[in-house]
Amino acid sequence: MNKNKYKEIVNRNTPKEECFKNGIIAFLVGGTIGALGELLLRCYMMWLNLPRKESGILVTLTFVAIASILTALGIFDVLVTKVKAALFIPITGFAHSMTSAALEYKHEGLVLGIGTNIFKLAGTVILYGVVSVYVFGLIRLLTIGG
Amino acid sequence: MTIKYNNVYIMDTYTVCGPYENDGPLSNYFDKKYEKELYFGEKSWEKAEVHLLKEANTNILKKNKIKEEDIDLLISGDLQNQISASDYMARDFNIPFIGIFEACSTISEGIILGSTFIEGKKAKKVIACTSSHNMVAEKQFRNPTEYGAPKKKTATFTSTGAASILLTNKKSKVKIESTTIGKVVDMGVTDVNHMGAVMAPAAGDVIYNHLKDTNRDPSYYDLILTGDLGIYGKNILRDYMLTKYNIELGNNYNDCGTLLYDLDKQPVLAGASGPVCSALVGFGYIYKEMLKGKYKKVLLVPTGALFSPTFTFQKETIPGIANAISLEDVEK
Repeated sequence: MNKNKYKEIVNRNTPKEECFKNGIIAFLVGGTIGALGELLLRCYMMWLNLPRKESGILVTLTFVAIASILTALGIFDVLVTKVKAALFIPITGFAHSMTSAALEYKHEGLVLGIGTNIFKLAGTVILYGVVSVYVFGLIRLLTIGG
Repeated sequence: MTIKYNNVYIMDTYTVCGPYENDGPLSNYFDKKYEKELYFGEKSWEKAEVHLLKEANTNILKKNKIKEEDIDLLISGDLQNQISASDYMARDFNIPFIGIFEACSTISEGIILGSTFIEGKKAKKVIACTSSHNMVAEKQFRNPTEYGAPKKKTATFTSTGAASILLTNKKSKVKIESTTIGKVVDMGVTDVNHMGAVMAPAAGDVIYNHLKDTNRDPSYYDLILTGDLGIYGKNILRDYMLTKYNIELGNNYNDCGTLLYDLDKQPVLAGASGPVCSALVGFGYIYKEMLKGKYKKVLLVPTGALFSPTFTFQKETIPGIANAISLEDVEK
């Protein structure tokens, strides 16, 4: 039996992932998180009398703190299995990836454990985030002049 | 390659399981159960797995009132890098040690080696054992344990536990009748979340060769039990056997991965996996049912995906392996 024939056997016995349903859930829950962020942004601006930019940073910090605490309590990963991409695409997912790695490698020590592994998952986001910002910044500079 | 044995018997087995397995339908068949957490009093997941393996071996000796010096050989393997759980377990036992690795089919390799040593009169009593730990496997092969990434429906759940099997040349109720050593089969599957598809062809190949070598029909066995193919892998194997060899697996076929957990209630997706999955089901549940007389002839086919994250990242396909062990009830 060749590999293509086997692939047919595998395909006809493998269930389809519910991409559409998962997408809708992620859209609704992720959208709600975004809306909450906007609400929080306005609140910080109003309560603390901050300009929009500083208030935005505070919102990011709030979400990072909440995601990290939920990760440490073992709640975040359970939530992700329910709402899928809604939680790990926003900044909450980034914080979660670092906290979970730090928790996992604490037994290997502060330097070789946590230090070496904390960016295990987040490192790729940082690297390609920086690279793409550079590329798109350059495109913007060349087309509309900054 | 099929080997027939005339005087290899299972003297006893000892199984230890974790909380997820304890919540499953086979809980009553396990000798020691941990109900709550997964550290078992140790400081790390890796040490917790060593703890389980040590406990299984200490208790099987204690239960049968056998001293370490009376065991000729200790054969063990697990999923940790450098089979560390087995190595660190073995340093506490004064028994000659062979460390083995065949991923989730490790226990079959141990039984085959042990049985062959006994049949060749090189050993009288051999312990074959294996373990796995859900968190160790997650950490090593996937993501940090607390990291929540959505999983596919075809993904399986690594079982936690350890199983120790004491083989002897003295007659007992359950005999190792024959074993078939399988080949490494790779049908080009690259999906790490679909191990059932990776391993099914290896299982098919070894079942076909076992039946051919022994001149038997699948109906000869009361039960044919594959290791950890899961619900979808099980269907793939049925389909594959029928399409390639024109052999129909009947109602006497099942998969350990679908038996260990309550698939409707527990969050285990396609079923159980890990070296201890087939060991817990085969030598906890099935062995004890054979003692009671429910099954007379059982073909146990532990399956393993020889998966290396490094090779997968380098765009390689995943090879699979399976071995067959024929267990027979011989009246005393």
